[in-house]
Amino acid sequence: MTDHRLQNSVRQRHSLHPEDIVTLVIDGQQLTADPNDTLLTIAQAHNIHIPTLCFLEGISAYGGCRVCLVEVEGYGKLVPACLTHPAEGIIVRTQSPRVIEYRKKIVELLLSERNHICSVCVTNGHCELQQLASTLGITHIRYPGLFPSLAIDASNTRFIHDPNRCVLCSRCVRVCAEIEGAHTWDIIHRGIKSRVSADLNQPWKEAVTCTGCGKCVQACPTGALSEQGKAVGEMLKKRYTESTT
Amino acid sequence: MQTNAEAVDTPLDSALSKTKDPQYRMVNRIMCLHNYQPDALIETLHAAQDSFGCITLETMRYISHMLHLPLSRVYAVATFYHYFTLKPPGKHRCVLCMGTACYIAGAESIEKAITEKHHISPGETTSDGEISLLTARCLGSCGLAPAAIFDDKVMGQLTPKNVLKQLQDWRDHVADT
Amino acid sequence: MSLTLEELNDIAEKELSRQQQFSRQIRVCCAASCLSCQDADLTQQLQQTARQQAMGETEIKPVGCLGLCKEGPLVSVHPEGTLYSHVQINTSKAILLSESSLPRPSAIDPGQSLFFTRQNPIVLRNSGSINPERIEEYIAVGGYKALYQAIRNMHPGEILSQIQQSGLRGRGGAGYPTGLKWSAVAKTKSTQKYVICNADEGDPGAFMDRSVLESDPHSVLEGMAIAGYAVGAQAGYIYVRAEYPLAVQRLRTAIRQAEKFGLLGNNIFNSSFHFSLTIRLGAGAFVCGEETAIIASIEGLPGKPRPRPPYPATSGIKGCPTLINNVETFANISPILTRGSAWFAGIGTDKSKGTKVFALAGRVKRTGLIEVPMGTTLREIIFDIGGGISDNGTFKAAQTGGPSGGCIPKQHLDIPMDYESLASIGSIMGSGGLIVLDQSSCMVDVAKFFMEFCTSESCGKCVPCRVGTMQMYTILDKITRGQAQLSDLEQLEDLCDLVRSTSLCGLGQTAPNPVLSTLRFFRDEYISHIQDQHCPAGVCSLLTGK
Ligand SMILES: Cc1cc2nc3c(=O)[nH]c(=O)nc-3n(C[C@H](O)[C@H](O)[C@H](O)COP(=O)(O)O)c2cc1C
Ligand code: SF4
Ligand code: SF4
Ligand code: FES
Ligand code: FES
Repeated sequence: MTDHRLQNSVRQRHSLHPEDIVTLVIDGQQLTADPNDTLLTIAQAHNIHIPTLCFLEGISAYGGCRVCLVEVEGYGKLVPACLTHPAEGIIVRTQSPRVIEYRKKIVELLLSERNHICSVCVTNGHCELQQLASTLGITHIRYPGLFPSLAIDASNTRFIHDPNRCVLCSRCVRVCAEIEGAHTWDIIHRGIKSRVSADLNQPWKEAVTCTGCGKCVQACPTGALSEQGKAVGEMLKKRYTESTT
Repeated sequence: MQTNAEAVDTPLDSALSKTKDPQYRMVNRIMCLHNYQPDALIETLHAAQDSFGCITLETMRYISHMLHLPLSRVYAVATFYHYFTLKPPGKHRCVLCMGTACYIAGAESIEKAITEKHHISPGETTSDGEISLLTARCLGSCGLAPAAIFDDKVMGQLTPKNVLKQLQDWRDHVADT
Repeated sequence: MSLTLEELNDIAEKELSRQQQFSRQIRVCCAASCLSCQDADLTQQLQQTARQQAMGETEIKPVGCLGLCKEGPLVSVHPEGTLYSHVQINTSKAILLSESSLPRPSAIDPGQSLFFTRQNPIVLRNSGSINPERIEEYIAVGGYKALYQAIRNMHPGEILSQIQQSGLRGRGGAGYPTGLKWSAVAKTKSTQKYVICNADEGDPGAFMDRSVLESDPHSVLEGMAIAGYAVGAQAGYIYVRAEYPLAVQRLRTAIRQAEKFGLLGNNIFNSSFHFSLTIRLGAGAFVCGEETAIIASIEGLPGKPRPRPPYPATSGIKGCPTLINNVETFANISPILTRGSAWFAGIGTDKSKGTKVFALAGRVKRTGLIEVPMGTTLREIIFDIGGGISDNGTFKAAQTGGPSGGCIPKQHLDIPMDYESLASIGSIMGSGGLIVLDQSSCMVDVAKFFMEFCTSESCGKCVPCRVGTMQMYTILDKITRGQAQLSDLEQLEDLCDLVRSTSLCGLGQTAPNPVLSTLRFFRDEYISHIQDQHCPAGVCSLLTGK
């Protein structure tokens, strides 16, 4: 993971052959970039903020949350910044009224999917979903809540899994498989019935593959994975993959 | 913890015994055919369901061990695909077509009739384990809509009445024997 | 074993002279639909009777789909060509023995029936005339000659330009030019490439691909091998639904026979070209028809799509360049090479060349499998070929493209069936499912049916499709129960736009189509459900009481 990060920054600073450089415009800024980078990292490097949710530096990109969608002139479809590489001369808009409106609705859909009542959540105040909603100015959810009532798994002595707060971003799955190498988590079933589960859909403490490293808890953007014994608002996540920017 | 409870039967022991178990012949053959490569997972699950009627946790544990795949991946695949079932099937199987042609020809009313009479929804089995109700998307017999499969026989031009009769026949047959 | 051209011709001649021993041929349809309504194994029964009566001059053979599925079980008698419908064991004897005392099934003269005369079989050229389980019969009608021509006498580039000039477009739904797709894969430098035949046929009212596989599997294998040679691939997969056991079994038989004859495997026709085929079973997931999901599934993963680019043409199975085409697309290849791209380009319309197979079903008199030139009007298909609406009903709409498609109402009956025309009225050609609806169908209910389908088939990876389709379904359900308000309709349209524009893959991007299309042409039905709590078709039961 460290290697990967190093490579990224090195690539950005030195050793680019002129023919390996593309020029592009993001939100009016004329930039040059490495075609192997994504629109998201390029934007970040130039202090242009694109909201994300399923993206986490250091693990593979997923492209599922659709919060990072941006407009590229001439492309028929919106593209996820976290997975799109720049082509020469493209003009990208990350803040057009259209994409801002879509992002808002997507986050509202997420909030309508499961129970996200912040006032009783351990990550209240430190939740990426909450931050996203507030950055986007969401005060009211236009869709009726679907709120299935899912069982909380508190079997593990150190951690709690509350699927009612899960946004199915798969960050826990990827961090566990790609960094820890345990692959304890995966997303089971499909569609609206999708759920994160350990091993053969077992209580966490029975999951033999779990090493107890807690990386998934730190990677989780919401209160779906948290440490035992935290009161409302006490769960702060340490991003061990914190970016340098 | 669970591992302790199963101490006598370690994953390795249990895997070893299954490599020779005649019931696992098909499963083993498919895995061997694919050189135990991870991409054989779906084919292997098919073999397991053909052999046992459903995919049990024990089978999943074995396949995960043999193909060197994470347990959670095996479970994810087995539940992602609706063709696979983790529940043991009933003695008889009624697969109702819910494809477009059958739907507009009234398949829904047949489903309702079955649910009312036998208290099972699609995907469920009657409590006596006699009848499983399943649904499919287009059996390719659209010309005969609405259609269904009763055990292995495809029948068309169904009505709630003749479907209920068929299911009753299965039940009565049990009462006789 | 490797075949030479002489040996191939030999096999053909032997088979032809075998057939000439018989003065009469009785063909029994053994595709899934007809098999399902036979009261016992008709072929076996007839063969047994023929043996008992020592009728050595009559050949009785199983064949693929004869087309008119609704009238099955079907049997056709040659050389006359008479087609008998609803044949059961007791009536089949009359056909065989031509005794007038026996009960006779009803007969149709294909030469007189618009159902047959309006058709132009290319993909279905052998369907219903050859035994799909005997490779010799396929070779006897010229099969595998195109493969020989391709491998021995043509440069891959020539094949690519032939396919490009033919104007063939993908038959799996989107209509992407096949020649361009092949060239993209051929251009890549990789030594390892793959060909995939998409036989997942997920549209819940369509059975064209299944019929082709059951009736003429070798035409697909030959098309795939030619594609392999043209793009430089040595291996291929056929991804077929597990729900099609008969198609799977016939494919397995076909592959085994082709391997035995050296038409698949190493050094085909003594060239340096190797090509092997593997069958992969689907497991009940519509989304696995999507290109990146099919690849994930072949790799043993859940069938969740990933964003494109990179396209499979540059990065597919195991990261290698991969060509994906539909069953029907592959079945078109051998005729194009044999008869020339100009011939093919002469059929159809300006931008849509060749023919299209449709699975005609629903409230139409003659349901079944048909193949017509592109550009044939919907009216011709439903009223000439299909014989009009069944039970004296009135036509309301035709649904094409399944859950990704839309409805075509009465005022557009004269629309030519080609990619552009269908898209212009908000539907799509799709893979060829064509369901006819009459006054007894409620369009809101139809939209709800497809939305229910999309929610249960959504892979769940991306938010707009996973949650958005569920929210749309909830609104549609409310409407059909008479509990919705006009503001819900606004919300519904807004969701359509969101899900279409922001979903990751084609499933989500097209899921709103049935709603948009019914809203466009049948908005009054929605309004009547909402404002008057009344279902005009009388389908939505909670409303009609009012
Ligand atoms: C959700 C979804 C389902 C699809 N299902 C099928 C299918 O069942 N059969 C098929 O041939 N193509 C299907 N497609 C289209 C394929 O992704 C692909 O475009 C096609 O197989 C390419 O072949 P063609 O160029 O010969 O049409 C589907 C696409 C999507 C997005
Ligand atoms: S548990 Fe957390 S990290 Fe895992 S999918 Fe759910 S929200 Fe994402
Ligand atoms: S659009 Fe639907 S099917 Fe496609 S990736 Fe998103 S959730 Fe999955
Ligand atoms: S951050 Fe790009 S799709 Fe989630
Ligand atoms: S829709 Fe039921 S058989 Fe096709």
